[in-house]
Formats: sequence, C-alpha cells, structure tokens
Amino acid sequence: MANVLANIFGSSPVRPLEKHIGIAFSCAKQLNAFFAAAIKGDWEKATAVRGEIERLEHKADDLKKEIRLGLPKSLFMPVPREDLLELLLVQDKIANRTRDVSGIVLGRRLPIPAEIADQFLEFVDRNVDAAKQARKSVRELDELFTTGFRGAEVALVTALIDKLDEIETDTDDKQAALRGAVYAIEDTLNPVDAVFMYQVIELTGEIADMAERVGRRLELLLSH
Amino acid sequence: MEAQVVYIGLAALFGIFMAWGIGANDVANAMATSVGSKALTIKQAIVVAAVFEFLGAVLAGGAVTDTVRKGIVDSDLLAGSPELLVYGMLAALLAAGTWLFIASKNGWPVSTTHSIVGAIVGFAAVGIGVDAVQWGMVGEIVLSWVVSPLTAGFLAYLIYQSVQRLILRQEDPLAKAKRYVPVYIFLAAFTITLVTILKGLKHVGLTISLRDSYILAIAIAAGIAVIGALIIRRIQPDKKAEKNAHFYTVERVFGILMIVTACGMAFAHGSNDVANAIGPLAAVVSVAQTGVITAKSTLPIWVLALGGAGIVIGLATFGRHVIATVGKKITQLTPSRGFAAELAAATTIVIASGTGMPVSTTHTLVGAVLGVGIARGIEAIDLRVVARIFVSWVVTIPAGAFLAIVFFSIFKAILP
Repeated sequence: MANVLANIFGSSPVRPLEKHIGIAFSCAKQLNAFFAAAIKGDWEKATAVRGEIERLEHKADDLKKEIRLGLPKSLFMPVPREDLLELLLVQDKIANRTRDVSGIVLGRRLPIPAEIADQFLEFVDRNVDAAKQARKSVRELDELFTTGFRGAEVALVTALIDKLDEIETDTDDKQAALRGAVYAIEDTLNPVDAVFMYQVIELTGEIADMAERVGRRLELLLSH
Repeated sequence: MEAQVVYIGLAALFGIFMAWGIGANDVANAMATSVGSKALTIKQAIVVAAVFEFLGAVLAGGAVTDTVRKGIVDSDLLAGSPELLVYGMLAALLAAGTWLFIASKNGWPVSTTHSIVGAIVGFAAVGIGVDAVQWGMVGEIVLSWVVSPLTAGFLAYLIYQSVQRLILRQEDPLAKAKRYVPVYIFLAAFTITLVTILKGLKHVGLTISLRDSYILAIAIAAGIAVIGALIIRRIQPDKKAEKNAHFYTVERVFGILMIVTACGMAFAHGSNDVANAIGPLAAVVSVAQTGVITAKSTLPIWVLALGGAGIVIGLATFGRHVIATVGKKITQLTPSRGFAAELAAATTIVIASGTGMPVSTTHTLVGAVLGVGIARGIEAIDLRVVARIFVSWVVTIPAGAFLAIVFFSIFKAILP
C-alpha cells in the first residue's frame, strides 16, 4: 500500500552523520592504546589495536558511502546538500589520518625515543580530545535542525566550536614543542627514523586539524 | 420494485467498500504521527480515530456529500430518464474503486476524492452529454484542489514558525512549552469546533445563533485546553533521555497537543471523505426510492452514518497495519512539527467541508508538511514524490472518467 505521507520523507542524513562522527572518534581514540603499546615496544599489542583501527575506519567508510547514496539531488533539506557532504568528508578524514599514522608506525616498527615518550603521549591524547570535541559538536546536529539553525541552540554549538578551536591551538603548540624536542635529540637517532618521527608527529597533528575543520563546516551550516 | 432493491443494494455495497478503503488507508494520515511518536498506543489511536471519523462524517459530512451527489451532475437534464443517474453513480463508484486499486498496487499517490469526482464528470459528460455537467461547480472544485494544499502549507508554515520562535529557539524550551502548548491546544480545539458548528451542523438539524456558536466553541476549547494543561503539568524532564536529545521532554509536551490535532484531523477527514463513498450512494437511493430526481431532496442521516460506519470498520480492520507501517516511516514528523502540519490540514479541510468542497485530504496534509519543510522544520523531503503527486493529479481525472464511461456503458446495457 502506498501511503503518500510516508513516502514524502526522504532518508534523513542527520542521525547517520551523528553516528559517523561517533565511529570516527572511536577510531581516533584507539591511538592512545596504540602508541602506549608502540612506545613499550609491544608490537603484538600494537598490531591488535591497529586491527581495531582498520575495522573502525572501514565501518566509517561504509557508512559514508551509505550516506552519500541516500542523499540524491531530489532531496529538499533546510541546508545545502553539498555542505552536509563536505562535513561528512572531513569527519571521515579523522578516521583516515588515524589509520595512516598507525600504519606508518606499525610498518616501520618505529622506535619512539624514551626522552619524548611522555610528551608524545600527551600530544596524542590532546588530538584525541579534539576529535571528541568534534563529536560533541556534530551530535548537536539534530537539535540544530529542530530549531531551524537559530536561537539558543546556536549559541551552544558556537561555544562548543570555540572550545574545539582552543584544543586545536593547544595541539599546535604541543606539536611545535615536540618537534623542538626531537630536534634536540636528532643526532642520537637513526636518520631515517628521525625523518619518519617528524612525519608521524605531523600526521598525528592532522587529526586535530581535521577535527577543527569539522567545526568550521558546522559553522558554515549555522550561517545559513 | 426489484430493480430498486438491486440498485440500492449494489450502491450500498460499492459505497461501503469505498468507505472501508478510505478508512483503512487514510486513517494513518491522522493517527500515524501520534502512534509513531508514542503519544498514543495503536489501540488508543484506533478508538480515537473511530470516534472522531464517525463524528466528522455524521456531524460535518453533509455539505460535501450534497455536492458529490447532486452538485456535479445537472439533474434536470436527467428528469426523463432517472435510471441513467443510477447507472452513472454506480459506474462512478466502481470506477473510482478500480482506479484506486490499480494505483495502490503500483504505489501511485492518487486521491480518492479526485478519482470519484473525475469518474462522475466522466460518465456525465460523455455518457450523457456535456450539458449534464455543472461546469461551474466542477471549476470551483478543481480550484479547491489547488487552494487547499497551498492554504494548508501556508498555515503550517506560520504555525511552525511561531513554535520555533516562542518555544524551540528559547533558552529554556521546556518551560516555554509548558506555558504555550495549552494555548495551542485551545486554538486547535476552538478552530475546528467553531468551523464545525458554524458550517457543518445543518444536516443534523441543529441551528445555533452566531453568538452562541462562538460561546460554545470557546467553552469546549477552554475545557480541552485545561485538561491538556493539567496533563502537561505532570510531565517531568527525563535527564537521561535529554542527554542525547535535548528536546525529548519538549516533544513529549507537544505530544499531548498532537493528540488533540490528531482528533481534529480524523474528524476533518471523516467530514470530507465520507462523501466519496456516500455521495453516489445517496444519489442512487433518492432516485431509486422516489423514481424521480429531486434536486431538493434532503440527505438522510442514515446514509452519512452508514458511510461513517464503513470508514470505522475499515480503519479498525486494515487501518492498524497501515498506521503501524506509516508510523515507523514518518519519524521525522516529531510532535512539534506533526501538530503544525495536522492542525493546518485539519483546519483547511474542515473549512472546505463546511463550504461543501470535496478536497483531497491526503494532498492537503502533504501541502501542510511541505509548509513545515519550507519553515526548515523537516530534515529531508523527497521531491520526487511531490512530483509524482502532481502527475497523479493530471492522470487521475481522465483515468477515473474513462473507467466510469466504460462501466456506465456496461450497466446501461445489462441493468434493468
């Protein structure tokens, strides 16, 4: 039986988007355990954690494809379809970077110098914080839709995004300090390892960058 | 004598079948939002729908039924051969029923109202003669098909905008909801009651003065609003649920309002759609009984009650399944949005019923939903379905007309 009322509604992307950022954050969160194991030299544990990272990253990819397929041009939404797709894209990059960085570290069995171990773990944790704040912000999407992107809810989300910017700036500072620390002990390291050390720091820092871009995309939605 | 029984029997059979179908399919439009958001259980929804659809049909369905039974076909022309009207109405009923069956098998969003009107115009214009149709009235009816979704859309837009400004966008939406929702309840009950009293009660034999109408409507609405306010007062915030969805409790408050608008929608639907089944039947009955076509014949109330009963049986048997299915798919229509759409649609439909215009209740509701969508209240609307609705507008009238002509010819040949 065709009911007109039921068919009028297209599949809403809001809940799937909120689910997707949840998966992306779960993925990024694994980095804490991953790097803890890598620093100890427990590569078996690290491999197991990386397996979990890959599984979550695939799950995020599958959901991303599903959302894209469910957003045909014929859908009439309060915000442009392109903006939602862009948001989805940067959300997904959080998971991608996580996979990339863990892949390099695991592939090379990259030794992380004991001198910078604690500082490095703090840096990773702060990036994960940024991903968490991004998730918190995106989870307000359905409330934003309810209020038509106006009113008290906007103030709430703007505050969340401001906090996200703060965390990202903090990671930038920590990144600079970490690079300095590596530079100080550079000569004691295997030259190839040293280069990859810098690369790993940069890739990890990109997780917070992607989280910050999620905040930017949300701001764009608010401006409509 | 025997022919008379055959005609009335056939007309009643087809008419009840149409009413059954109308009840089964369309009840979901009124009740699915309440069931989907758990404001009502399915059992409660069926009971509510049964009561209000029946009331709507009997108390307010008279004007539209009159239009369908004698407003479209010019009965003077048929004075010499009244049996043509009987064949025609039977053919129209069968044609509309067939077209709806075909459409639902294919998933097309066609309207019962468009089908029956198209069928009647078809048999009259082609089967009898172009002059047999009162084209002025037909023109008005077609105009109402365009105006009703637009009006409902506009009203829904305004109502939802007010909800957003007064409640949803505020700092403490729950407090604002508890304050303003009783006012919305009052307005909803007042509007529908007033329009019904002013326009619809003639056929029940009640005439009330204008001043008394307003007073009665205000009194009834105030009573309902007070009951609503008392129920709302007892709703407490659910801290756990609010963590994931800030508006969880606010929506529960709106749920109470949505029950009221669902009643209104069921009432409105009964008032307008009962005519699709009963209008032709009433025409057949009056001709078969008197042997003449009298333009002045009054509509017997048992005919309306029969239509109402058919609708109730339909919604009680098959309607449960449709409500459950539809309720799952329209989760986007949360109570704050659903009530705006239903109130706008119900008001528009009841006004149409009062003025005797047979409109498509489904398409009016869709217009209302689109109105909420334009107020940025709906997450995603599938415009392809909207396009299909427009196409169905164009196709249904010729299709219904064609089928009616075919059946009319058959009946003319084989019936006594």
